[in-house]
Amino acid sequence: MERKRVKFTFVEELIKEPVIWKLGREFDIVTNIRRADVTDQRGWVILELDGEKDEIERGLDWVREQGVRVDPISEDIVEG
Amino acid sequence: MPDLRPVQESFARSLRCRECGHEYPLAPSNVCEWCFGPLEVFYDYAAIKSRISRQRIESGPPTMWRYGDLLPVDAATAVDIGTGYTPLVRAPNLGRALGLNRLYIKNDCQNPTWSFKDRVVSVASSVARSFEFDTLACASTGNLANSVAAHAARAGMRACVFIPADLEQGKIIGSAVYSPTLVAVEGSYDDVNRLCSELGDKYPWAFVNINVRPYYAEGSKTLGYEVCEQLGWRAPDHCIVPMASGSLFTKIYKGIKEMAWLGLIDWQGTRMSGAQALGCSPIAEAFGRQSMNIRPQKPNTIAKSLAIGNPADGYYALKTMKDSNGAATAVTDDEVVEGIRLLAETEGIFAETAGGVVISGLRRLVREGTVHPDEVVVAFITGAGLKTQEAVAGALQPPLTIEPTIESFEQAFEDREGSLPLAKAV
Repeated sequence: MERKRVKFTFVEELIKEPVIWKLGREFDIVTNIRRADVTDQRGWVILELDGEKDEIERGLDWVREQGVRVDPISEDIVEG
Repeated sequence: MPDLRPVQESFARSLRCRECGHEYPLAPSNVCEWCFGPLEVFYDYAAIKSRISRQRIESGPPTMWRYGDLLPVDAATAVDIGTGYTPLVRAPNLGRALGLNRLYIKNDCQNPTWSFKDRVVSVASSVARSFEFDTLACASTGNLANSVAAHAARAGMRACVFIPADLEQGKIIGSAVYSPTLVAVEGSYDDVNRLCSELGDKYPWAFVNINVRPYYAEGSKTLGYEVCEQLGWRAPDHCIVPMASGSLFTKIYKGIKEMAWLGLIDWQGTRMSGAQALGCSPIAEAFGRQSMNIRPQKPNTIAKSLAIGNPADGYYALKTMKDSNGAATAVTDDEVVEGIRLLAETEGIFAETAGGVVISGLRRLVREGTVHPDEVVVAFITGAGLKTQEAVAGALQPPLTIEPTIESFEQAFEDREGSLPLAKAV
């Protein structure tokens, strides 16, 4: 089992989509939302995912395919 | 006379979540376990206030460690390669060109590895050593890599530095000379980012901008302290700062506010404005929309030291702008080059691309009336131009190539520069 912390960033068209619900339903992953900020134009959600490593990776690939940006919660760490 | 600088311990007391306020003991950790918000160092300000004074600071070393009371590590154990207390110079020529009467340049090119990153890495490496890490690591496109490699060498630590495989030769040499383990990652910027995030979770290393980030970021406060001291114990009216992650921007403001809280200066409402390159300007873009929500971008600019598409402190930078009545601006790559040249041609300072962003950004802010002609303005120049020569090389005139004769010289000079002065009477 692995635990991963990620940030999902949604564009306007995806805000009404139940992406996180589908992620938990279609993959063997437990989703746990810790912090979020969602408006009618933009949204981000910080959450913790529990599951097998490969399953989490498959799930995150699917989330990216939906058009949601996925980042580690530390955000960009490559600096100038 | 009393010893003004006895061996001291740090006044840092805890790590505190910037979002939910949860408090944690001082440890190598950067994320709140409760809400995953970023952690920040919290100090015993009452104790600092009872010890600190202008006189105590002035009697300290001519480095950033003269402000050791305000940093999260015992100054007596600092990894110090001579960073900080860099020149604050009046810039009358550039001021005239931009329409500013009281312009200063904070020239942080003059740090040991020629960028402000020495400030943050000096703190990060000191803290890493105090937590008994044996390896200092980072992911970088240049300046940070140089500084981490140099500080690890001085501290007797191993360095593991990750760079994109397509990095310019000059930047690789600037790290390689200190003999770190230099890892060139074949892949996109996002790939490097993801890999280093995973490595930070896996190995017991001090990644300076991951697990020791709360301490690392505190080093930038010293730019704010220095400017206040160098202006004769007063705060600037307006600071113009380059923005990448947004951390430097927020910490300079924190430094100035701390000076006022501690009674070392009078608070006078310093305004904070930030500059980015248009090809990677997520903070300026959000400011333009009057939004506090950052839209991540894929960087595409010659200002590579500022090319952070998903800035960790972007929200806090926007908040600082709002609190201080500042602004953000973004400039094109052509303006970056113009800014580098303008600073060099007017004040004799050769800055890297981030400096070009600041100077051209300042020009825009003056033109739009955000920066006023009589404000005491400080422009922060954070890295030296020799690191990014390729950015300006194509825009500069080649040398006059001549035969070794007076005739050849005169011909070439007059062709380019116009007439020569009258020859001296023999």
